[in-house]
Amino acid sequence: MDKMKPFAKDTSRAPVSQRKQTFDDSIPQDRKAMVKAVIDDKTIEVPRGTTILEAAKLVNIKIPTLCQHDDLCLAGVCRVCIVEVEGQRTLQASCSYPIYSQVNVKTYSPRVRRARRNIIQLLLRNHYGECYSCARNNNCELQSLAKEYKVMEYKFGHIEASRYKKDLSSYSVEKDMDKCILCRRCVRTCIDLQEVGVLEAAHRGSNTKIETYMDKPLEEVVCINCGQCINRCPTGALKSKDPSDEVWEAIDDSSKHVIIQTAPSPRAAMGEEFGLPPGTSVTKKMNTALKRLGFDKVFDTNFTADLTIMEEGTELLLRLKKALVDKDKNIVLPQITSCSPGWVKYIEHFYPEKLGHLSTCKSPQQMFGAVAKTWYAERNNIDPKDIISVSLMPCSAKKFECERPEINDSGFKDVDYALTTRELAGMIKECGIDLPNLSDSDFDDPLGIGSGAGLVFGATGGVMEAAIRTAYEIVTGEEVPFKNLKVIPVRGVEGIRTAEIPIKKTVKQWNFLEGATLKVMVGHGTANAKKIMDMLCRGELNGYHFIEIMACPGGCLGGGGQPIPTNPEIRAARARAIYAEDEGLPFRKSHENPIVKQIYKDFLKDGPCGHLSHKLLHTSYTLRGKWIGKKRAVKTNNK
Amino acid sequence: MEAKRKGPVIFSEIKPYAGLKQALELGESGVLKLVQDSNLKGRGGAGFPTGLKWKLAAESADKEKFVVCNADEGEPGTFKDRVLLTEYPVLVFEGMVIAGFAIGAEKGFLYLRGEYKSFILSIEKELERMRKDGALGKDILGKKGFNFDIEIRIGAGAYICGEETALIESMEGQRGEPRNRPPFPVDTGYYRHPTTVNNVETFAIITHLAAKGVSWFKSIGTEKSVGSKLLSISGDCKKSGVYEVPFGITIKQIIKMSGAENTKAVQVGGASGVCVSKKEFNRSISYEDLSTGGSIIIFNEERNLLDAVKNFLTFFEEESCGQCTPCREGIPVLIEAVDLLRKGECTQEYLKDLFSLGETMQLASKCGLGQSCPNAFLSVLNNFKKEYSLSKANKKEKKFNG
Repeated sequence: MDKMKPFAKDTSRAPVSQRKQTFDDSIPQDRKAMVKAVIDDKTIEVPRGTTILEAAKLVNIKIPTLCQHDDLCLAGVCRVCIVEVEGQRTLQASCSYPIYSQVNVKTYSPRVRRARRNIIQLLLRNHYGECYSCARNNNCELQSLAKEYKVMEYKFGHIEASRYKKDLSSYSVEKDMDKCILCRRCVRTCIDLQEVGVLEAAHRGSNTKIETYMDKPLEEVVCINCGQCINRCPTGALKSKDPSDEVWEAIDDSSKHVIIQTAPSPRAAMGEEFGLPPGTSVTKKMNTALKRLGFDKVFDTNFTADLTIMEEGTELLLRLKKALVDKDKNIVLPQITSCSPGWVKYIEHFYPEKLGHLSTCKSPQQMFGAVAKTWYAERNNIDPKDIISVSLMPCSAKKFECERPEINDSGFKDVDYALTTRELAGMIKECGIDLPNLSDSDFDDPLGIGSGAGLVFGATGGVMEAAIRTAYEIVTGEEVPFKNLKVIPVRGVEGIRTAEIPIKKTVKQWNFLEGATLKVMVGHGTANAKKIMDMLCRGELNGYHFIEIMACPGGCLGGGGQPIPTNPEIRAARARAIYAEDEGLPFRKSHENPIVKQIYKDFLKDGPCGHLSHKLLHTSYTLRGKWIGKKRAVKTNNK
Repeated sequence: MEAKRKGPVIFSEIKPYAGLKQALELGESGVLKLVQDSNLKGRGGAGFPTGLKWKLAAESADKEKFVVCNADEGEPGTFKDRVLLTEYPVLVFEGMVIAGFAIGAEKGFLYLRGEYKSFILSIEKELERMRKDGALGKDILGKKGFNFDIEIRIGAGAYICGEETALIESMEGQRGEPRNRPPFPVDTGYYRHPTTVNNVETFAIITHLAAKGVSWFKSIGTEKSVGSKLLSISGDCKKSGVYEVPFGITIKQIIKMSGAENTKAVQVGGASGVCVSKKEFNRSISYEDLSTGGSIIIFNEERNLLDAVKNFLTFFEEESCGQCTPCREGIPVLIEAVDLLRKGECTQEYLKDLFSLGETMQLASKCGLGQSCPNAFLSVLNNFKKEYSLSKANKKEKKFNG
């Protein structure tokens, strides 16, 4: 199990009580020794330290869980997974009971059954709100437990009035503590998986509540909007801000030209919302569904992902040239990607002094918005003020990104609404559209052609892979030296990966790079971002040129707007779908995308990082720091 | 140290550092064997064998180990540790040094409950005197290579921090919440190092035990509960206070000793203990019968026990850490139930549910607080049926309508 969890444990600020207990290394016992476990009369040998829950899974015994999550450290607080362990006076939480010596376990003794039913009753007692008016209706772990354990009445009463005001302050995340059952998954997500530390349990006893610092609204604290807490909340206590009503309104307004761009990750996960197994790519069926919903044009964010590669790659090469040839000491290297809005807000809060490392490129979503309301509007004689630009994103932080004041370079709000995969699936369901059985259709012209390089943006390492495919070819005039263009060293699930790509010969323009070795690094999840930034601050990354950081574990495909549940296996399946689709596409390199070529010929005439592209496709950042309270942020001038 | 008080073990006469000197002579393994042979059990209430705890900590190969004295005396009706800390502090610290010697620790902590802040000055003075005497610091009492010192840590007034793993969390600067066990503190304790956490009273006994030996110690108490127990007696009695009694003493004897009259019930073990009725006054204080951390609260005939239970439960509602479901959500249900019982609105059927809930809290809670908080409620409901009347709503028997 552990090898599937690439996320940092040692820098975690989570209290030990909420972390997985491990063997003390000083105890001279053979940790690889096998111990016998008898679970409901089934016998199995497991390595010492395996939990009862893990062992039970191996013999196909299902123990119900709630606070346990495959991505998170242990808590052992909900007590739903209790079992009877021979020799123990009390019942033990199987999720946090490591097997050190032989155990004899009963998972459904009378005491266990009674206790489990009572515990579920207690959880329901303080869970306010009705299932049919909840975003998580039919996808709620508490609801399933209630069904499984046949709750027919509230034995110990049920809260009848709302106690807490909803926190609707954030552009991305809504917090409704009435539905919270205090499993603390969000706390562990924030403090341990992501190491942001916005949410924490406050107060004691029956007054316990999950709060931000001093219970400030989410918009005022250092929340990065990654939405990982939403993906792991077992109930509807955390949800993303849903703009689908506004989108419907725009679609219904015949004077508006409503276009939608779809990011690479939702298409690899949307099927899950319709009962398809994880890893089923539904790109073309989704296009059909979007057209049936009434969007005037369905475009592909992969196109602007390609554009991002052109701009970001050029920016990197320019930085390298200024640093190596012009010996400009003010040039900041390594350059770090800026596609992930969660990551951007993270660095603004936690490492504002390092903002110079961030590429000035907008994210593909925002580049698309800027191009749509300028080039596309111009070519098609549409008044940009009549264009409603919608995006389908795997991400809750994109909603915040849309609202950033610095992002309206087209003269209008670049992107009007960002929908998550879950929200768009809701709109499709609302219309009775049976997505799995739809016919295929293609993206619309002209912003509907994206390369495979743009597509792999969805997985961690994807931006790096796309950048290497293009930059290597620009510099050397040759294709990357990897079979079938698969830049394997940057792929994978490890939290931090590095790769070195030697440049043997170059074309004339870049001959200062001859013999150089391009050193790159990839990190995903902000816990790993923190590690990378700490290395950077200590000066350990001086030889590196380019770093990709994504805020979410697994990259965009594990984003906070993706279907729930999520776990390492589901994310791996989504990644496989993305990489498989890449191999079947006609264009695999960003610079070969014909629309990219055309836009630089017709519109952004002074080329990547030229004057116009600088105006439309690049942005600036905000020095936020950890100031908590009303905005006191300062804008940077690094655009 | 002048013994103003009299008792079989703790309040018996002893010369300063007699225990420590004897322990240093016995050597590490000698002390471990002594404590194990004595069958000494933890005096905090749980009754875990001290010798076994020390042995497990001593066996660990970790170079850094810790001794913690749990002086977070928070159980309602307990005030024995404050007597020890104010009147016999050296006895306690000597016990800690012996523990450090036995398990191989160089650092000890006195985790003092927040409300006992006022003792710090006098305790610091005693510690300083011990350092001057060479009983703390380097090469203790001339024993080369044995270094040990004690640091005071103050709690912030949370009852839960008396639970050993929550205490360690609190010492590390975290929110005081019990950890998952296993692994236990003897293996993974303070900053993941082996840590033995013992009660103030246990350490005081250790000093006497080291000085006077196993056979002396075993001559006191019962076969399974060796030695004596400090009791904090309060409530409806004439002579409340701290008493040292040998194990095996009956409730009846305690009532007589404290000069209580007209006694209806005795709450043994504080808020988390059980309420004993008249017909059980022959039961004895011992690990095999009524185990207690030391709190004895006496109720006379005029007291309403439901009031007492509600008082205890309200205390727990506030002091629960709020981590696990049975404790956090269960206590408010019990409080509501007390109100129902007082109004006579609780049905027989709901009473059954409440007993089932009580059992769940005892079995499924994460730590000792949750596991023991329904005790008072359940024992009053079981032993004092006259204190409440049930609603008649459900009493009608169903007739079979063939």
